[in-house]
Amino acid sequence: MEQSKGKRLLKLFLSMLYISAFTFGGGFVIVTFMKRKFVDELHWLDEREMLDMTALAQSSPGAIAVNAAILVGWKVGGFAGMVCAVLGTIIPPMVILSVISLFYQLFATNRYVALVLRGMSCGVAAVILDVSVSLGKNVLKTKQWVHWAVMAAAFVATFFFRVNVVYIILCAAAVGVVLALQGRKGGA
Amino acid sequence: MLLQLFLSFLQIGLFSIGGGYAAIPLIQSQTVDVHGWLTASQFMDLATIAEMTPGPIAVNGATFVGLKIAGLPGAVTATFGCILPSLIIVSLLAYIYRRYSALPMLQSVLASLRPAVVALIAAAGLNMLLQVAFGERQLIALENAQWAGIALFAAAFLALRKWKANPILTMVLCGAGGLALGLLGLF
Repeated sequence: MEQSKGKRLLKLFLSMLYISAFTFGGGFVIVTFMKRKFVDELHWLDEREMLDMTALAQSSPGAIAVNAAILVGWKVGGFAGMVCAVLGTIIPPMVILSVISLFYQLFATNRYVALVLRGMSCGVAAVILDVSVSLGKNVLKTKQWVHWAVMAAAFVATFFFRVNVVYIILCAAAVGVVLALQGRKGGA
Repeated sequence: MLLQLFLSFLQIGLFSIGGGYAAIPLIQSQTVDVHGWLTASQFMDLATIAEMTPGPIAVNGATFVGLKIAGLPGAVTATFGCILPSLIIVSLLAYIYRRYSALPMLQSVLASLRPAVVALIAAAGLNMLLQVAFGERQLIALENAQWAGIALFAAAFLALRKWKANPILTMVLCGAGGLALGLLGLF
């Protein structure tokens, strides 16, 4: 299974290039695609690491996709890995946008383009929810009611009340701190 | 000029926490209000294109504005400016994560963050589903249901869950399906 480092870096670069070229919509879209690729397919990361990286990417400044690429890149191939992953992430949007901005009137008003994009967003919703179901099941499997409660509360807060994601992350982190302190007090 | 471009997008990269929707108002204030690089209507074009093309909105915005005012060097400079804060801050976090993630306190924090992240991802997906199923979140009602969109979603979801279909292939096929249904007047 040992791949030479160069091969691994190339694979990382090409994977990010491919994912980035096709993922429309916000940062969570690309994170779900990365999970399918790096966790399920290549087994370079485990699911917990991918979720940790998502939380870190989400709560740091900058684009979530770029942040996630930096984290995955460091993990997979150190500094060179980080550079490869970031380049893979930003090259497709730069190229595509440059081309499209040349004739954007045509692009933005084209009926066929709009139909394809609408169709694709159905697929994107399916991909995200597919990954969500798998991840959610794994949280339920842990049999830790506090984590179930965090998941439910975070969902209600973001979906129904549109609470800023940063606050949700902070609250969840606070729950973790409290749990750790309690565990310490209990001598666990 | 390039330096100004670099500094502007550096600020955008540094202060947009939480992804694209946080970046849009920042890009607007820097490019339209502060520097006058874009007119309000050009900015609207940018927002539309950024949404319709792959990639982070901040990177798309940097490319668009950079190209417009200084050609290719401008695009590269602006993009580099907007990712530089991430490169530094997130690399630092990556280091901290690797070094200290075994600490019990951090373990506990991360363990609590994971279910929250799952919820955030699920909510993002559900919002998207509502969008394709009803057009707008406010329009949730049976008479607004867009059955073609719902059918495409259902087919894609089934393919992914049951047969572990390739997600990008699924998405591309949905795009083709949207085009076909649209041409038939069903979508």
